[in-house]
Amino acid sequence: MIIDAKIPEGKLEEKWRNYQRKSKLINPANKKKLNVIVVGSGLSGAGAAATLAELGYEVQCFCYQDSARRAHSVAAQGGINAAKNYQHDGDSVWRMFYDTLKGGDFRSREANTYRLAELSAPLIDHYTQQGVPFAREYGGVLANRSFGGVQVQRTFYARGQTGQQLLLAAYSQLYKMIRAKKVRMFTRHEMLDLVVIDGKAKGIIARDLVNGHLKRFVADAVVLATGGYSRVFRLSTLAIGCNGSAIWKAHKRGAFFAAPSFTQIHPTALPQTSEAQSKLTLMSESLRNDGRIWVPKKKGDLRKANNIPEKERDYYLERKYPSFGNLAPRDIASRAAKERIDAGHGVGRLKNAVYLDFKHAIENAGLHTIKDRYANLFTMYKKITGIDAYQEPMQISPAAHFSMGGLWVDYELMTTIPGLYAIGECNFSDHGANRLGANSLLQASVDGYFILPNTINNYLAQELTEAPISIDHPMFTKIEKEIKEHISKIFAVAGTKTVDHFHRALGKIMWQECAMSRNKLGLEKAITQINSIKEAFWADVKVTGHNDEINTELEKALRLADFIELAVLMCTDALQRAESCGAHFREEFQTAEGEAVRMDEEYAYVSAWEYKRGSFQLHKEKLAFEFVKPSVRSYK
Amino acid sequence: MEVTFRIWRQDNPTNKGGFINYVVDDLAEDMSFLEALDHLNEILVLRNEKVVAFEYDCREGICGQCGIFINGRAHGPHSNITTCQLYMRSFKDGAIITVEPWRAKSFPILKDLIVDRSAFDRIIEHGGYISAKTGTAPEANAILIGKGVSDKAMDAAACIGCGACVATCKNSSAALFTAAKINHLNSLPQGKPEAHQRVLDMTTQMEKEGFGHCSFTGACEVECPEGISIANIAEMNARYFKAKIFG
Repeated sequence: MIIDAKIPEGKLEEKWRNYQRKSKLINPANKKKLNVIVVGSGLSGAGAAATLAELGYEVQCFCYQDSARRAHSVAAQGGINAAKNYQHDGDSVWRMFYDTLKGGDFRSREANTYRLAELSAPLIDHYTQQGVPFAREYGGVLANRSFGGVQVQRTFYARGQTGQQLLLAAYSQLYKMIRAKKVRMFTRHEMLDLVVIDGKAKGIIARDLVNGHLKRFVADAVVLATGGYSRVFRLSTLAIGCNGSAIWKAHKRGAFFAAPSFTQIHPTALPQTSEAQSKLTLMSESLRNDGRIWVPKKKGDLRKANNIPEKERDYYLERKYPSFGNLAPRDIASRAAKERIDAGHGVGRLKNAVYLDFKHAIENAGLHTIKDRYANLFTMYKKITGIDAYQEPMQISPAAHFSMGGLWVDYELMTTIPGLYAIGECNFSDHGANRLGANSLLQASVDGYFILPNTINNYLAQELTEAPISIDHPMFTKIEKEIKEHISKIFAVAGTKTVDHFHRALGKIMWQECAMSRNKLGLEKAITQINSIKEAFWADVKVTGHNDEINTELEKALRLADFIELAVLMCTDALQRAESCGAHFREEFQTAEGEAVRMDEEYAYVSAWEYKRGSFQLHKEKLAFEFVKPSVRSYK
Repeated sequence: MEVTFRIWRQDNPTNKGGFINYVVDDLAEDMSFLEALDHLNEILVLRNEKVVAFEYDCREGICGQCGIFINGRAHGPHSNITTCQLYMRSFKDGAIITVEPWRAKSFPILKDLIVDRSAFDRIIEHGGYISAKTGTAPEANAILIGKGVSDKAMDAAACIGCGACVATCKNSSAALFTAAKINHLNSLPQGKPEAHQRVLDMTTQMEKEGFGHCSFTGACEVECPEGISIANIAEMNARYFKAKIFG
């Protein structure tokens, strides 16, 4: 099968306009005859649901949380990028496009990445109009700061709560349309499978998490906006409920999965302190604007941070990457931290952290300024660790964070299943092998508000003449039966180990072999080990309670069963890519200085995996670089 | 460390609930309170018992989904935090810890420690937004907003919707929640055109949901994880008065 990304013709600057000029339209009277399901209510899901409803479609929106406002978009602290060039520092759509493409180590499509940059500026207008209280200068204009991997100030922010404020805006627009009776919202509902009829996505089956009822929902198109899957590592910066089940089920129903091994390890999370830990809290990357990262030059130095004199500190990012310094991109900063920690320079109780120090920033900019920029982050840090970071440096450590990989989508954000779309973090589109800071909120928003509502019509126009499908269709009955059996099977194991026991085991393997650095032997071993975990899970897991009630153990078990399968695909993908690029660092492919070695001749493609009854078949979408020449990514 | 959790167990909204004691003896001080409950649940699974149902998601103090009444206080013994930000080091070895769901008529119990806070969503549904259709926005810097105004809007907008204000209020009032959203939107120029209608609609819905009235005890601002000031309620009342006269 040849996969076609359907990139519009023309110059880079004209592609999106050319696309819109040719895409089919639907008249307002007909739009209300069309139903769209949106799974997920984060920035992309809520944005899409609200906008589709404004356009006139009938929308059903789903989330597993108690309210649409909880989606994990809220956790993004630092900001959202936009090529406004308000700082007059040489920014432009082109530069933002290039930074993003380069940040992703030239493993994303030029056309998609350019569109992301192009639509960033109107997005800031949009959010401002919706009442997002972005940070401002005294004169009343919007303020900016910088983020990793760039040398201009293009990041907009709302204190340390940017994600929360953007999501509240999207959520408020969603509820505006609920009030207008154009969206039906289903909270505490989890999608358990996709229903594909005659090759087209026609609905979903969801479990009502309050009473366990399986419910059938039919639509003319299904949009997945279900976020990232880095909880496969168990310990991550994600919310505990974040999962990969919706996209995994879609994958098993025929949607190709792209670049599953491209997962980002964030350099500035709080370190793990114990086995029982459930979560690694993220400290915004924006802290790297003012904080300086260092470790003691002496191995195993037991002195307190403040007692280590300046000349005995190794500001290793500034040393290795003088032009970007502490603002080196995430993958590079994480790997550099791992290198120092592995070499015995780690700090903290488990020697698994590095320092992030604000002493110089406070001396230079003043305590007041630093407080104005980061007060809530410092407060959060104190709540969790009991340490006052105005007085002594923070301890930070790399943690599993964003998944660049996801369902393969074309330029219209449609998967390989006609009528099934994937938007936001759950797709693979714009970030290549590594995402730049503050591009996540951007991509989710742009996908949901601006792109999908302008591409879905191209598909739905043809669906108008199709005969409607009923929830009594045999395919719904068949899939519902399969889900019931799957749930019964989990209860029937009645083994001796908890779900978390298996999740911890899976997480350890993935963190060891498929995180910051990977190698052939390790990945092969990991696949064998994960398959053993799968066997052990189905032979020995124990879930108490029953299906017809709130059962958080059952929810966890269902999600973990999918994570285990996804983990195999992630390792398989990492194994086939015999090069280092972005967050995917294969130990066999590095320079003498430990920098990544990319193999453009062979690997300038997007890996797109097709599910074949338990095994995976690789398809390659060749990446053609017509407008920029891929260069060696240097931040020195 | 060892503690005794005295936990409210209630199988569903209609069954009668009650406290059950669980002694857990292998906890560490640097476990979060929710991780201690996770640990208890793993023990319960292995004892073939149903786990304690409780809510959480982000576990970093921002999503607002967790919310437990601990030893008679919303989100536990400290002020201005969420339950997920509470650590076991806040309790003494051997402590008996009483664990209850949010208590408010408008937040009915679904199971154990889980309550239904959808009343908050319905308050937002009734005007907690600016009618701004996608595609209609003017250039962002075309409307200047002074830093003072913007910072004040941000202070109010910081609410994470956890419901601690309601749970701790003797009247189960949602005044702080509603006021925060009204003040956030009404203080911005973009929110002005709908300002009066917003106050009237949102407060009407708040009453319809059965929340009590505010009697200015200030209990809410003590527990609010975002430290939203009770002054917001006074401001809402002023806006309500204006809306009644001019709206």
